[in-house]
Amino acid sequence: MTDKNTPLWEVFIRTRNGMAHRHVGSVHAADATMALQNARDVYTRRGEGLSVWVVRSSEITASDPSEKGMMFEPADSKIYRHPTFYDVPDDVGHM
Amino acid sequence: MYTQALNTREAAAPEDPEREARFQARIDAEEKIEPNDWMPEAYRRTLIRQIAQHAHSEIVGMLPEGNWITRAPSLKRKAALLAKVQDEGGHGLYLYAAAETLGVSREELVALLLSGKQKYSSIFNYPTLTWADIGVIGWLVDGAAIMNQIPLCRCSYGPYARAMIRICKEESFHQRQGYEIMVTLARGTPEQKAMAQDALNRWWWPALMMFGPPDGDSQHTDTAMRWRIKRFTNDELRQKFVDATVPQAHHIGLTIPDDKLTFNDTTGHWEFGAIDWAEFKNVIAGNGPCNKQRLKQRNASHDAGAWVREAALAYAEKRRRREAAGRLVAAE
Ligand SMILES: [Fe+2]
Ligand SMILES: [Fe+2]
Repeated sequence: MTDKNTPLWEVFIRTRNGMAHRHVGSVHAADATMALQNARDVYTRRGEGLSVWVVRSSEITASDPSEKGMMFEPADSKIYRHPTFYDVPDDVGHM
Repeated sequence: MYTQALNTREAAAPEDPEREARFQARIDAEEKIEPNDWMPEAYRRTLIRQIAQHAHSEIVGMLPEGNWITRAPSLKRKAALLAKVQDEGGHGLYLYAAAETLGVSREELVALLLSGKQKYSSIFNYPTLTWADIGVIGWLVDGAAIMNQIPLCRCSYGPYARAMIRICKEESFHQRQGYEIMVTLARGTPEQKAMAQDALNRWWWPALMMFGPPDGDSQHTDTAMRWRIKRFTNDELRQKFVDATVPQAHHIGLTIPDDKLTFNDTTGHWEFGAIDWAEFKNVIAGNGPCNKQRLKQRNASHDAGAWVREAALAYAEKRRRREAAGRLVAAE
């Protein structure tokens, strides 16, 4: 017999002050409070975290990797967004 | 704690040679494959089985050691063992989460373990008879696990590789605490030293079997290598393990239970005697000393926890309904 599925949550941890929260994995829990407690026990047993976020996995909207070409094409074609696109005379020094 | 070469290859005809070629090119370029990327069905199935069996091994591995938590000889040893066993539970959870990204549910995976349809590492079907067994497990079993797991940190499947990196960081403590127990016993009373030697005698050969069948008999190595799920053969890893471990045993005055063991000056390797593969096959087939006990215990704790899982889900559902009703009232 297979049990009724317990919801899946994605776990994000802020490792040090000043760093953004980073995805570390996932846990199962019936509600948000238990998801936070599970995430603490599973992913921060050695003081890895200062702050934990949990998000229901079903609430995440993700881009489709097979369409990454189309998705990110606008960024590929705009080389003038990079500093190296612009010529600055050498004798001006570092800019 | 460890993946064993338990995976049997499933012959699957290439479904889409063109995409498969592109997939292989990505792997050859050491690109990571991520959950929603296209992948051949055989790759997905192989990984689900390997990661799940690895996860099951972590979970079942908690049983032989958990057996000694209440009987550890000091508070320090008890705290360390408790932390180690808790880590193993964590390893199981990282790995189940990685397997789930391939499109199976946690509940299905747990059911496959409990019904005996999927295996776990054969090493956990041996009993832990004395406190010295806890030392030997940390030193040899976790030591062998580390040998196996380090190459997996570079496995082609992203979530598996990332889980392995976390696990490997934690394993070093496991091995050191085990060896420390052995050092203490080996330097203790003659009875304690004899207990350490006895544990080594019983666990040495099963530990060598953890690397799986010899290369000649292991048919699935080629595909796993091509897919960068495996980077070294079973025999290569086993030799590395023997070379690393023999001097550690000698250092504390213990004898490896193998009268064929000799150091080859030319190759720089320790050569060892023949492994009893009939015993290995017998344990895998379910006839080891503790196979039935382990599965029975896992099933019993799963069943005993059923009411907790049901209650947690019912409570979450009740709260959700109340909140929704509250919102309705507020809107009126
Ligand atoms: Fe482990
Ligand atoms: Fe371990």
